[in-house]
Amino acid sequence: MTNLEFTVVVGGGSFLAGFLGALTGLGGGVVVVPMLVLLLGVDIRYAVGASLVSVIATSSGAAAAYVREGYSNIRIGMFLEIATTIGAAVGALIATRVSGAAIGFVFGLVLLYSAVLSRKDPSQKVVNHPPDALATRLRMNGTYPTPSGPQSYNVYQVPGGFGLMFGAGVLSGLLGIGSGAVKVLAMDQVMKIPFKVSTTTSNFMIGVTAAASAGVYLSRGYIDPRVAMPVMLGVLLGSLLGAKVLARAHVQVLRYVFAFVIAVLGCEMLYNAVTGKLR
Amino acid sequence: MTNRDTSWNDYKIEQIIGVLLRVGVSVSALIVFVAGSIYLSNERASRTHYDHFHEEGTQLTTISGVIHQAITAEPLAIIQLGLLLLIATPVARVLFAAFAFMLERDWMYVAVSLIVFTVLMATLTGLVI
Repeated sequence: MTNLEFTVVVGGGSFLAGFLGALTGLGGGVVVVPMLVLLLGVDIRYAVGASLVSVIATSSGAAAAYVREGYSNIRIGMFLEIATTIGAAVGALIATRVSGAAIGFVFGLVLLYSAVLSRKDPSQKVVNHPPDALATRLRMNGTYPTPSGPQSYNVYQVPGGFGLMFGAGVLSGLLGIGSGAVKVLAMDQVMKIPFKVSTTTSNFMIGVTAAASAGVYLSRGYIDPRVAMPVMLGVLLGSLLGAKVLARAHVQVLRYVFAFVIAVLGCEMLYNAVTGKLR
Repeated sequence: MTNRDTSWNDYKIEQIIGVLLRVGVSVSALIVFVAGSIYLSNERASRTHYDHFHEEGTQLTTISGVIHQAITAEPLAIIQLGLLLLIATPVARVLFAAFAFMLERDWMYVAVSLIVFTVLMATLTGLVI
């Protein structure tokens, strides 16, 4: 492929990945990396480097839109970012010390997990236990806007959420993805934060988390401008469009299709890792 | 209650952070797009292979290396400069949050923000050499 063909194909594919990633809430990274590695034969290190850059772009772009609505909680986000940034630094350092096959293997597992998770509906229950002492001390409890005025919420199990966030950071640094799914799991399921607050705060955190591994990636040469350029621009435009369409789209069918595609990619990634096609 | 005041301030902080993020991403995307177009118009027909990772590759792995080449108008270095700006955007937002919490006199969260900032700086030191 010539440079022009490569840029057009990668840019178009990244646009589609960003679009679907925004519609299904899984992010573009989980599709971009397999696309580059499995379809175009790009070394997985260049693929995760380019994906990580696109993750920072989409997170910052989307967060800029979300913060105006007043759902995200910057205290929860900032506190948990201690865990995700340290995790991301650790993950990126691991990535520089293991083989491409090992990265591909973990990536395959995460794809399969994401496929299962994407079919689940978010919990909508409201928890009304007495406020948690630690969360109160950390001033995490807050309110979010609803049609009938501000709704207050309490935060629970801060240590458990903090630990899971460290794991999310490691995955992000190792695989060049946002690991938004794990972040939402930690906040929504463990810390009992309302879903809308969890997703917007998670999005807010993804950029900072990714920035923590970007330094390691860039200094090791994982971020090649020729690969990162079409991926970043494609995913960014695709996800901005996806976020616009999301409000009106019926995503249930799409989520099933996307889950299926991701599961297939996950299996192929595992196969390639085990049979030594990735190095 | 001071609670109401705090949430109003948080809201205002978030608005400014929103603008900061938007500007950072837009400027960086514009730089990457323009430099990428120049790169493609120069080298559209040649072929580059990405199937093997090259440790050395380009010299675009440090901040000084990127800037040195960017001022000679090397398109790939300018793309990389745009990407560095993109990476700097969330770092700037953490620093701004620390400043904003300071205005609120919320010292606990000034400390939290500075811890995150320190971690980010530690990971970016590899770029300075």
